[in-house]
Amino acid sequence: MTSLVSSKPKGQFGDRIFRRVSTGVSLLVLVVLAAVAIFLISRALPALTADQAEIGVGGDDGEGEGFLSYVLPLLFGTVWASVLALLIAVPIAVGIALFITQYAHRKISSLLGYAVDLLAAIPSVVYGLWGIFVLAPFLSKNLFPWLSDNLGFLPFFSGTTSTSGRTMMTAAVVLSVMILPVVSAISREVFAQTPGLHKEAALALGATRWEMIKMAVLPYGRSGVIAASMLGLGRALGETMAVALILSPADVISFKLLTNQNPNTIASNIALQFPESSGLEVNTLIATGLVLFAATFVVNALARRIAGGEVND
Amino acid sequence: MKFKSLAAVAAASMLIAACGGDDGGSSSNETSAPAETNAPAETSAPAETSAPAVELSGTLIGAGASSQKAAMQSWQAGFQNANSKVTVEYDPIGSGGGREQFLSGGTSFAGSDAYLKDEEWEASKDRCPGDLGAINLPHYISPIAVAYNLPGVDSLKLTTKALAGIFAGTITNWTDPEIAGANAGVDLPDQAINPVHRSDESGTSKNFTDYLGKVEPEIWTYGAIEVWPDVGGEGAQGTSGVVAAINAGEGSIGYADASQIGDLGAAEIQVGDNFTPYSPEAAAKSVDASNRIEGRSDYDFGFNIDRTTTQAGVYPITLVSYHIVCLQYETQEEVDLVKAFMNYIGSEEGQAAAAAGAGSAPISAELRAQLEEAVAQISVAG
Repeated sequence: MTSLVSSKPKGQFGDRIFRRVSTGVSLLVLVVLAAVAIFLISRALPALTADQAEIGVGGDDGEGEGFLSYVLPLLFGTVWASVLALLIAVPIAVGIALFITQYAHRKISSLLGYAVDLLAAIPSVVYGLWGIFVLAPFLSKNLFPWLSDNLGFLPFFSGTTSTSGRTMMTAAVVLSVMILPVVSAISREVFAQTPGLHKEAALALGATRWEMIKMAVLPYGRSGVIAASMLGLGRALGETMAVALILSPADVISFKLLTNQNPNTIASNIALQFPESSGLEVNTLIATGLVLFAATFVVNALARRIAGGEVND
Repeated sequence: MKFKSLAAVAAASMLIAACGGDDGGSSSNETSAPAETNAPAETSAPAETSAPAVELSGTLIGAGASSQKAAMQSWQAGFQNANSKVTVEYDPIGSGGGREQFLSGGTSFAGSDAYLKDEEWEASKDRCPGDLGAINLPHYISPIAVAYNLPGVDSLKLTTKALAGIFAGTITNWTDPEIAGANAGVDLPDQAINPVHRSDESGTSKNFTDYLGKVEPEIWTYGAIEVWPDVGGEGAQGTSGVVAAINAGEGSIGYADASQIGDLGAAEIQVGDNFTPYSPEAAAKSVDASNRIEGRSDYDFGFNIDRTTTQAGVYPITLVSYHIVCLQYETQEEVDLVKAFMNYIGSEEGQAAAAAGAGSAPISAELRAQLEEAVAQISVAG
């Protein structure tokens, strides 16, 4: 400090500016969040307070089903698709992260990490097109008949198998590929932070590589993996274009994965119905957006609880 | 501190303005735009309009149905080529939104898959200067084909009962007697039918289900709807999504804009005792064979398409999209622009441009003459 007399006032001035700018931008997050919430609530209110017979399918004729039964299948579809995507993506992502940090040669690991990160740069509409033109026909020819024949006794694989493959299963697979880079990149960073002493201690006690990972790396990275899954879940919940293109939607609540009667997701439904909507229909769609907004908060809170409050330590 | 709160306030107000501007805002955009863009026309044009053969200039603003988006692009290009000082803007926000904006005075014309409802017709008398109200001009006729994916089946005839049954989910196999009965000699596969419909809200769905509900009200009990009811079948986004879904699954059948079905076979539809394949001419005839709605202006051409016609050579599954214009406008400039653009759209050249660009069916000469007469009535109020 004393040696920098001449620059001291300048430095303090810069410090002050920087502190205020950074405080400002972090407040901006709250402002944006509040603005979005205000927008959603004010635009959703007309749909929530209107005569419920005018809402939902058949609302034009005053025989609507009401907002609640309109949004429930959508909410179910959103959560169902996202959970399925997580179930597929998280084990694979953790495997990738472990291989990159614990097993692979440095050159291979950086190459592989780069490739996984590239997946994140692909626009979702491209995933959607790939899903509809490549993955859906492939799965419907090769995997779905087998699942239906051999595991059809499970409710998930019952029902009439879709011939075009545009099912919840296909949508979940595409979603899982989309969230894979996020989950694996963060898990990778966390695993790489495992203190060397822990690992060496485990190995010194005679642990094999797998036992070392089980004893030292995984416990250390647990909260990080959960945080990564939450980010992935956020992307899956809000994913719009890919689902809108791939899924064959219907107004149902169904656990079946292979039929063409699938619950739609909220975001995809808004994208599909918005362009030709007017008046109260728009308010209804925005109200479903409000439900998605709230659901995202609930899911995040739940995930934090599961993580035991250790997520952002 | 000052800087921070200023920035926050500015950002917040921008956000709120952006949010608040959404449906009110697009109309406020539109309302402000004509005022601005018409201004040069108003100031510069009077001098020119005193001479008889004027060069048109200014901006014409419309909004509405997305079904005629592709056709509108052809019309905009063709019209602006001939009139280099004119700009035509069209916002494909949907039919309902287009009529709303037109009635609030935000646009000079609307594109709409449905003619003005009775209360909208009443409202148009307030919106349009003078008391003549607005008229519907059926400028865009688009045949809806029933496309199927059955390898080896080159031609397929569907009775109205079969068609309604397939989409209502009561006929589920290609060997169903209702289908086989009309297709003697065709080797139909013993395969489940996968009916494909639009998953987005769509004028195509509305016209197709209007047809089903009119010809077989006992089987298709859902009426004319834009959002598919809960009757099963596969949903796909947009016309291209439906075509892709039909292509992807053998045994699929779906309805789509006839120009977009590519190599897929299109079913012949029962009309009376005959079966009619779709063609542009047969689609155009469906309008000529229909009745105009009553209780409107003499120059209104809103049609209730006669879906149950038995007239041979008529293809009744068509989508008709209108241009809705006032019979009177405030200024000569707006009158000139609207008249010139509507005349161009209705002309053989304009209809050919839409047929090339969007695969629509050109209107018949008879209808053209009537529409030209209607457009000729547009004048300055007062």
